[in-house]
Amino acid sequence: MPPFFRVLFRKRRYDDISVSIREHLDERIDELMEEGHARVDAECMARREFGNVTLLEERSRESWQWLWLESLLADLRHICRRLCRTPGFSITVLLTLAIGIGANTAVFSVLNRVLLQPLPYPQPQQLVSLRLNAPGAPGLAEFRDELRLSASMYFTFATHNRVFQSLGIWNPGSASITGLAKPEQIATAEISQGVLETLNVPPLHGQWLSEADQEPHALGRVMLGYGYWQRRFGGDPNVIGRTIRVNSQPRVIAGVMPRGFKIVSYDFDLLLPMALDPINERLAGFAYHGIARLRPGVTIPQANADVAHLLNVWMDTWTNGPGTDSHWYQRWKIAPSFLPLKEIVVGSIHTVLWAVMAMIGLVMLIACTNVANLLLVRADVRRQELAVRSALGAGRWRIARELLLESVALSLVGGALGVGVAYASLRLLTAIGPADLPRMNEIALDGWSVCFTLVLSLLSGLLFGSIPVLRYAPSRQNLTLEGAARNTSVSRDRQRGRNLLVVAQVAMALVLLIGAVLMIRTFLAMRNVDPGFSDPTSLQVMRISIPETLVADATTVTRLQNNILDKLSALPGVSSAGFAADVPMSGAEPNWDSIHVEGTEPTGDNAPMRLYNYVLPGYFRTAGTRLVAGRDFTWAEIYETRPIGIVSEGLARELWGSPQAAIGKRFREYQGQAWHEVIGVVEDVRENGVNQVAPATVYWSALMPDSPVPHRLNAWRDAYFVMRTHRAGTQAFLDEMQQAVWSVNASLPVADIMTMQDFYSESMARTSFTLVMMAIAGCMALALGVLGIYGVISYAVSQRTREIGIRMALGARKGEMAWMFVRSAMVLTAIGTTVGLAAAAMSMRLMRSLLFGVNAVDPATFLLVPIVLIGASALASYLPARRTAAVNPVEALRAE
Amino acid sequence: MAKKPAHRDLFPGALEVMILQSLRLRPMHGYALVKHIKQVSDDLLRVEEGSLYPALQRMLREGWLETESGISAKGRPTRIYRLTDTGIRHLEGEILSFEKMFTGFHRVLAAAKA
Repeated sequence: MPPFFRVLFRKRRYDDISVSIREHLDERIDELMEEGHARVDAECMARREFGNVTLLEERSRESWQWLWLESLLADLRHICRRLCRTPGFSITVLLTLAIGIGANTAVFSVLNRVLLQPLPYPQPQQLVSLRLNAPGAPGLAEFRDELRLSASMYFTFATHNRVFQSLGIWNPGSASITGLAKPEQIATAEISQGVLETLNVPPLHGQWLSEADQEPHALGRVMLGYGYWQRRFGGDPNVIGRTIRVNSQPRVIAGVMPRGFKIVSYDFDLLLPMALDPINERLAGFAYHGIARLRPGVTIPQANADVAHLLNVWMDTWTNGPGTDSHWYQRWKIAPSFLPLKEIVVGSIHTVLWAVMAMIGLVMLIACTNVANLLLVRADVRRQELAVRSALGAGRWRIARELLLESVALSLVGGALGVGVAYASLRLLTAIGPADLPRMNEIALDGWSVCFTLVLSLLSGLLFGSIPVLRYAPSRQNLTLEGAARNTSVSRDRQRGRNLLVVAQVAMALVLLIGAVLMIRTFLAMRNVDPGFSDPTSLQVMRISIPETLVADATTVTRLQNNILDKLSALPGVSSAGFAADVPMSGAEPNWDSIHVEGTEPTGDNAPMRLYNYVLPGYFRTAGTRLVAGRDFTWAEIYETRPIGIVSEGLARELWGSPQAAIGKRFREYQGQAWHEVIGVVEDVRENGVNQVAPATVYWSALMPDSPVPHRLNAWRDAYFVMRTHRAGTQAFLDEMQQAVWSVNASLPVADIMTMQDFYSESMARTSFTLVMMAIAGCMALALGVLGIYGVISYAVSQRTREIGIRMALGARKGEMAWMFVRSAMVLTAIGTTVGLAAAAMSMRLMRSLLFGVNAVDPATFLLVPIVLIGASALASYLPARRTAAVNPVEALRAE
Repeated sequence: MAKKPAHRDLFPGALEVMILQSLRLRPMHGYALVKHIKQVSDDLLRVEEGSLYPALQRMLREGWLETESGISAKGRPTRIYRLTDTGIRHLEGEILSFEKMFTGFHRVLAAAKA
């Protein structure tokens, strides 16, 4: 019979064995009685001869069993029954574990997807971001952490490098699509030859853009992103070869990129060929992101060295026009510092994620100590049973195995529940997570997460299970003795294990709480910073771009924008409307360069870089950016292209000492440009987020002479319209807004419809995300810690009832008794707090990059949090300690 | 329990062969087996109950024996063990190998005496 059936049908075998043995004994008894023994004696003798019937039956049955597995199953059944008998304990433990393990799994899933798994491109380790540093370009670092590539650099690097398989440059942008449905503004990426080759993801349909598409004077083909293809073309594979109107120009669709394909982390609707013409390129124009694929075996330092050498070739080959020094850029000390592409994608978010993972891990540790404590109490209750079993011959390993099995079973069930918790919390996490968390939409529970859960469950089970085992399994003698002496008060030794756990819990909870409070203070500090605009919730933002193919003349563009502004401010509920090339925290960045102040020596070499913005009248009033001195532009001045400008307060102070002094002073961008008079000074704007410095900014008129061709005018075509209205964000208002734009020009699409609050929250998202996670972790830790203290004290009280009775009989007062327990809890809390403060002081330094406006060892926080914690633990210990008052000495003594 | 020479441990396989050989005469229940072996060996060999029942179960599992419900001499229900064909084949093989072993054993003892 195969083993499986043997197991199924063995009941009959077991019966056979019992019957046989029964009959064996009976027959022997009969025989002995025939020999003249009394029945009682005969039975005794027969049994003595036969030996241990139960043992013999068990050993006979073993032939039919999978021994190891079955004793395990028997243990498990036993454990299940015992857990069901104490539902309170089981539910507490399982919930604690489910939450702990679930939270860890959720955060791990994020971490795994975002930080540990490679980019979705083939051989991602070969991909690098072509970052350049320019430490010699002063002021650049104020608003940008790198020098981007110019097109001429791309040509030089692409032709002469010896380290890359391919390289390319790209830029995000937007384009209007007309002729399909209503005009639509979509996200585009302009790519040079080499970008697709570098990322090396084959198209889903059709072809990549080819070299022919990059011809400067032809209208090259375009490629669709998966999302746009689904959204606008219903996923029709026959779109290849169709023509669409991009910025009013006909373009043929060459192919569709697959789902999830992004350029680095930029999700585009349409890929456009950059179609660079080397004839038009100069040295300058540092506007492009560069990516490259290293040749196999080439390291990043080798690539840096190769390109550093090519920078000289670049300066030898190109110029900024006649009469300029092409080696002028040597002063900028441009140097390549290429980074693995992964670091660009992941960015600084990894600090946040590791911090979150660390604190969730800490919560798990606290949960484990709590469970260990509960198990200790439980094992303590079973001390007698264990002693008896040990006396009856159960081996140390046998008892240890059962205790461990119990905790591992608990942790595995907790882990299974934890997967559910993780699923729910992942949904929460993706909802509240910061927008710069890359690949957010790809985060899901996968095989890795489940493996992680399993390992974490097993490990935590073994961890908290081993504590009672170490305490109860090894000393058989002790067990027996202790078991017999059950009337004494709890021994110091047994209490010590639990005390240690409480100290650890308090310490860990303190670290988390301090972290949470520091994050709250960071958040408040950021809220208190004046961002340079007012009441972002009532500030409606949208972007409109007017392509040259639609309106060629610059002044007409400005008139069109003027019309739109008039229509928008006439909308019901709108108090004013404004126009700017860039609104704060939007990530847009129109331009930057140095300026030269009239009456000073041209300091060309090390003139600091200033951020440029281009505005039309009414912007500052609408955005709520205070005018510190002077006034705004007027429309008349704009159309006359009067040489005037507005500067930020910081810049005014730097150049002229005070905002008032700046009025009437003149500056210009380049030689040959008219001197521009400062007519106004506005407050500083936190362009890159409230926790970043406000860059020195020059506000130019959006309509001004073109720099290379001074007689031609240039209008800023792709810019933001802002409206101050209490109706911001409502659907009715958005519709009216759209109608107002179309009433001016029906082929103008509206994009990036947001309120300023969206930009503002997005810039705060990382902090608020960390804050929420820290706060959750801190609260969990506090709750678990308080629960731990409550449990320990309440157990101590129940164990020492007799002692309390004696003390009270000898004249101790009730208050003194309660105080005795509270005091012991306070001692533990004090030790835990001391340890925790030291740990917090060390770990908060690691968190420094997440903090803003608050010291990592902020004295107020480090004082306040321990006080709260001590208060909570005083309460948690007082509640059970109060029960000592109810102890009746007579009954307490009689009970034993 | 001190071991008397008469009751020394049997070598491996001996108990099985004795049980099989006894059951070959007629099917028996457990107590009858013990008594049978004791009688036939003139009290020289005794089967320990502690070994008998596990051994019977092992042999049942191997398919050398089968059980049937029966009535003991005293009229109580019991289980009668019966030899199967596989059991007979196994027994014959075992007897052959035992005989060989005994022959060898004898020769070694005889040579040592000479």
